[in-house]
Amino acid sequence: MSRVIEFRDALREAMSEEMRRDPRVFLLGEEVAQYDGAYKVSKGMLAEFGPRRVIDMPISENGFAGLGIGAAMMGLRPIVEFMSWSFSLVAADQILNNAPKMLYMSGGQFGCPIVFRGNDGAGGQLGSTHSWCVESLYANVPGLKMAIPSNPYDAKGLLKTAIRDPDPVFFLESERMLALKGEVPEEEYLIPFGQAAIRREGGDCTIVSFGRPVHFAMDAAEVLAKEDGIECEVIDGRTIRPLDLETIVRSVRKTNRCVVVDQSWSFASVGSEVAAQVSEACFDDLDHHVHRVHADDVPAPYAMNLEQEMLPNPRKIRKAVLSACYRG
Amino acid sequence: MSTHALPAGRATGGARPSRPLPPGVPPKQLLRWFRDMLLIREFEVRTMQAYQEKKIGGFCHVYIGQEAVAVGCVAATRPEDPMITAYRDHGHALARGMAARHCMAEMFGKIGGCAKGKGGSMHMFDRANNLFGGHGIVGAQTPVGAGLAFATKYEDEVIRGGTSDRVTLCFLGDGALNQGAFHEALNLAGLLDLPVIYVVENNGYSMGTSIERGTTMAHDLSVKAAAYGIDAIEVDGLDVIAVYEEMHAFVEKCRRTSRPGFVDMKTYRFKGHSMSDPRKYRTRDEEAHFEAGDPIGKLERALVAAGVIDEPGVGVLMDSVREEVRESIRWSDASPLPGVEELHHDVYVERWGPYTGTSLPEMLREEGTR
Repeated sequence: MSRVIEFRDALREAMSEEMRRDPRVFLLGEEVAQYDGAYKVSKGMLAEFGPRRVIDMPISENGFAGLGIGAAMMGLRPIVEFMSWSFSLVAADQILNNAPKMLYMSGGQFGCPIVFRGNDGAGGQLGSTHSWCVESLYANVPGLKMAIPSNPYDAKGLLKTAIRDPDPVFFLESERMLALKGEVPEEEYLIPFGQAAIRREGGDCTIVSFGRPVHFAMDAAEVLAKEDGIECEVIDGRTIRPLDLETIVRSVRKTNRCVVVDQSWSFASVGSEVAAQVSEACFDDLDHHVHRVHADDVPAPYAMNLEQEMLPNPRKIRKAVLSACYRG
Repeated sequence: MSTHALPAGRATGGARPSRPLPPGVPPKQLLRWFRDMLLIREFEVRTMQAYQEKKIGGFCHVYIGQEAVAVGCVAATRPEDPMITAYRDHGHALARGMAARHCMAEMFGKIGGCAKGKGGSMHMFDRANNLFGGHGIVGAQTPVGAGLAFATKYEDEVIRGGTSDRVTLCFLGDGALNQGAFHEALNLAGLLDLPVIYVVENNGYSMGTSIERGTTMAHDLSVKAAAYGIDAIEVDGLDVIAVYEEMHAFVEKCRRTSRPGFVDMKTYRFKGHSMSDPRKYRTRDEEAHFEAGDPIGKLERALVAAGVIDEPGVGVLMDSVREEVRESIRWSDASPLPGVEELHHDVYVERWGPYTGTSLPEMLREEGTR
């Protein structure tokens, strides 16, 4: 049986189910308990699990990220909520230097089974300090895994996998998608990491994206089919580390064209990495170089029109696909 | 009587008698402390030699002068109490029970090291002895220490439904007092009633910067803890008996109350910050003053005076320590380099892509690591 729920409900269901299943799992973060979640993701969880498992934190991201890491080294399974991944920058030393390297530095003695999760990317006129897309910054670091769901079904299935994963997982949500509704089964399911989903089939051009921009890609694909007669195959990567290159390559071998859509800046980015890997794997299959669509290479502006212009919007994606098909 | 004057708040140092031997501590135990301190000293002397012979690379910080701190603190706690420290960590590893050979082999970058040669001098980990590292970034271990204490309490009380009495010791240098992480950690520990004791090994210098030049209220560090509602004590870290007695009482109080603590452990490092430090920021007079109050000599005199050991006995003990450290070097020389397959091992627990999963180091696969 399936019902329609919001993205935020899917996240909450994943956490609550895992907390019922495993007493080692707990949630900590700013406003997660008494306030019921700054974005209502953890609504009702304090009432169910009590203050020892749903724990309010002061505004000390570096401190509570490190606290979670210590607890994970002892074998607990912390979920650390960042109200925004933008605020994780002050915790960079803990989340980049400690969590992903502990297993290696200790020669296999201490793992770090922890989930860091929160809103990533533009939230809607939040200005440059609060609009970070951290995927390109953080995906560079070995030892961590990174999941970035684009819909409620994936949010729940991927988060449950993240919580059970023995390695540190960076889980990237989007404030703009928390109210997004979608079908989610009532029965338990998990989505394994490293398995991309094909959101739309098409034979003319492959579009690869992650997280919220998958929706921009779907919008662009609609217009391209209707206005330009170009059928795009849209691939939702779902996880960045591990990256499901196989699914992408299979599609590019069919379409011979590839556009990568990534909401972070272009320089040294996830988009560049995917483009490089596709170019290596599909050198003889490509009819054009891999095209990339990113946020513009500027700090995120406040003005609504400028923010919209900066994002990898459907107009930019359509333009890239047309160019990849020698129609631009 | 030394005329050497240091700013208020520093370790006093100088040739002074030790405290009387603690009643209720069996002679065997006292001799164990003495031997552990001798072992750390000899180990570190040989570490410096091996560094000069280029058997050890990277950054290397020796513990000479501070032996009483690790040994006294380990004596004051139980084996199940977690410990975590910064990068001057060889002493803590040895005091906690890591075999000298696994510690030395780690610095030699050999597979027999505690972390298979992947961590080095600054990253001594020992799961069997509840030592959670060895951390290279100043202050970064302080929130992690709060997390260890959080976990002991959570495991014992939330999961098992009992009452927790485990205490975590988190060591840091005086330089870490000025890191944001430390202040966040103290606030969290105070807020959440975490049974963690922050032991500041206050040796007076963060690298070449004296505590007065880098830290406000250097003459009274207890005010830092008071700001977070945390009780503080000051301990003579150059006297192992003082360390044991005062830490034991403080740790027991923490066990009972589950409230964090802060210790201004006044000590002195006899050598430079690291192997490359010419120590131009302090006088040779000052160093001589502290060397005259060497914590090992202090304990030796107290033990001899009390008849716990005699001069020939000390000689026998020193010979056995020298042989243990020599053996650790031979063992580390003979231990193989990590194979290239180790490069992609221990990155992730799970196998995927080029990553080959994880496994425990040889140290934990051997019988009787102590």
